[in-house]
Amino acid sequence: MEQNIHENEYIYPGHVACSGCGAAIAMRFLLKALGEKTIIVLPACCWSIIAGPYPQSSLKVPVIHCAFEAGGAVASGVRAALDIKGDTETTVVTWAGDGGTFDIGFQALSGAVERNEEFIYACYDNEAYMNTGIQRSSSTPYGAWTTTTPGIEWKKLRKKNIVEALVAHRIPYAATANIAFPDDLVRKAKKAKEIKGSKFLHIYSSCPTGWRIPSEMSIKIARMAVQTNIFPLYEVEDGIKYTINYKSKEYPVREYFKLQGRFKHLSDEDLEQIQEMVNEDWERLLKKAGENP
Amino acid sequence: MKRVVEGSEAVAEAVRLARVNVISAYPITPQTHIVEFLSEYCANGTMDARFLRVESEHSALAALIGTATTGVRSFTATSGQGLALMHELLHWTSGARLPIVMAEVNRALAPGWNIWVDQTDSLAQRDTGWIQLYCEDSQEVLDTIIQAYRLGELVDLPVMVVLDAFFLSHTYEPVDIPDQKLVDDYLPPWEPKFQLDTEKPCAFGPLVTPAFYMEMRHAIAGAMEDALEVFPQVEDEFERIFNRRYGEVEAVSCDDAEIILVSSGTAASTSRLVVKDLRAAGEKVGLLKIKLLRPFPVDIVRRVLASAKKVAVIDRNFSFGASGIFAQEIRAALCNTMKHPPVFNYIAGIGGRDLTADVIEDIYRRAKASDFPERESEWVGLQEV
Repeated sequence: MEQNIHENEYIYPGHVACSGCGAAIAMRFLLKALGEKTIIVLPACCWSIIAGPYPQSSLKVPVIHCAFEAGGAVASGVRAALDIKGDTETTVVTWAGDGGTFDIGFQALSGAVERNEEFIYACYDNEAYMNTGIQRSSSTPYGAWTTTTPGIEWKKLRKKNIVEALVAHRIPYAATANIAFPDDLVRKAKKAKEIKGSKFLHIYSSCPTGWRIPSEMSIKIARMAVQTNIFPLYEVEDGIKYTINYKSKEYPVREYFKLQGRFKHLSDEDLEQIQEMVNEDWERLLKKAGENP
Repeated sequence: MKRVVEGSEAVAEAVRLARVNVISAYPITPQTHIVEFLSEYCANGTMDARFLRVESEHSALAALIGTATTGVRSFTATSGQGLALMHELLHWTSGARLPIVMAEVNRALAPGWNIWVDQTDSLAQRDTGWIQLYCEDSQEVLDTIIQAYRLGELVDLPVMVVLDAFFLSHTYEPVDIPDQKLVDDYLPPWEPKFQLDTEKPCAFGPLVTPAFYMEMRHAIAGAMEDALEVFPQVEDEFERIFNRRYGEVEAVSCDDAEIILVSSGTAASTSRLVVKDLRAAGEKVGLLKIKLLRPFPVDIVRRVLASAKKVAVIDRNFSFGASGIFAQEIRAALCNTMKHPPVFNYIAGIGGRDLTADVIEDIYRRAKASDFPERESEWVGLQEV
């Protein structure tokens, strides 16, 4: 396999992520792609903890922690100040969880992208409020147990399609990425760095703790999310040009669901219904990409 | 140069003279003219600054937390609901020790919708760690914004410069607009102690355990005490160049006064006239104008009020379940002195209701007629409903 991943590490050993944490892996590859001239804007999320408590930091690049809903706005400010200082070299990255992106931070994200601020907004998506103890977000998928969708109240609403919401802003670049596909992730991060204006990376990041999976299954499940078309790898340029980056194996979703404790209550009928939803979404995506199923 | 300008323009002129690098704001009446003037200055090159047209007041201040942490001078303006929406980030700004300056145009809070003057919005934020300065006229507003950058950058704290809706923001007055060169002499460029820098990577605002948090808060408390100490120096320097000073408070005819009225904002201006007229009629009355609310100049307030027989605080604001907020501050300042006058509290001018000379004279007469306050506060000018 072609390797385009830099050997430099920008995360110190000793960060405090759970073992198998997809968000830690995602940050590792993102920084390998972007390098040391990067400033991380970090709204409240798992990474608020992973980055380490005062007076330590687990990152070798500057970090500004910020309020939960403020990721898009704080990054706009950092960028404006760098411009005033004549620094066009540094890349500003908002690094947010799904809660800070899909829910509480959506307004500031939408505002920043509408203004086409020069920055990358990267969402590491672990599909619930994991840092506070696995509460549902609008990114939590249909069928999932969380601590606020317990028992028979498991989530019966679809996951918000955040990439489509950003595409509706005519964002210059939006892409999905996945920790099980590091080459693709790194390529997209590098591409985002070169494109002018706002860029959005939606990074699938498994959460062994919240998904009730063994930590060694983190990458396998992430890979299956792509192989089943649950989380297709694609990119959209200027809100128009869709490119699908991974030709699906169209594995049945059942295999993906059966491995995760958060879905263990689902019946065969539920899984069939989910399969139909996934098929429908995939077909819509193929159509947008100009590829007939 | 003296010009007749709207209060909002006086704010904008001060921001221009302070060589602010980034303005980030969201429109809200009655603050809008400020951001319109500043947008114009940025668009036509009068100011070499960026104007961030964010999508909410929350983002307005969040963006400035980003700019100031990156080491550039930053300004915002808001009012009423907008300030309330910023609340979380007001704490963040002071906690991050960022000397951002804000013009806050006092506006009543909804419901019902009321865009007129009322101080409850800014007073509800008095515990957020911002220095708060209440202004009486447009000259004071302009001067205070320039001083606010000096003060805030000396002690690493944000500063809120507060002015009345419409009575100041939309009123035209002659204002001396100083030369840029003089302002440059007074206000050096800001040199932040820490900033985001890829050459020196640091983490700003990370998780802080109980082992450190308390000391960090104590440092903010210390910075507020420093601000109280530095304030007269900031005014000395200003007076030397511009020949104007205002004081943390201003005592008018207080030396032999039996009753001292306490007020702030444009109500202080009206109170001056009332005191002058009553003095002419032989009444022993004085006025204490409060400008600096945070940090509260306890010693000065005690000194001025100690010899009075009664104190009558006029509050254009209210803390439900308690009393007027300036009255609380005055009472708290006096309670640890061995002997102090009773503090009467009058609530007037709420939600833009006229606070005229007649109302203030009525307040004086009420205080004079009563030996001791029967209630924590008394509402003046209520209509029968």
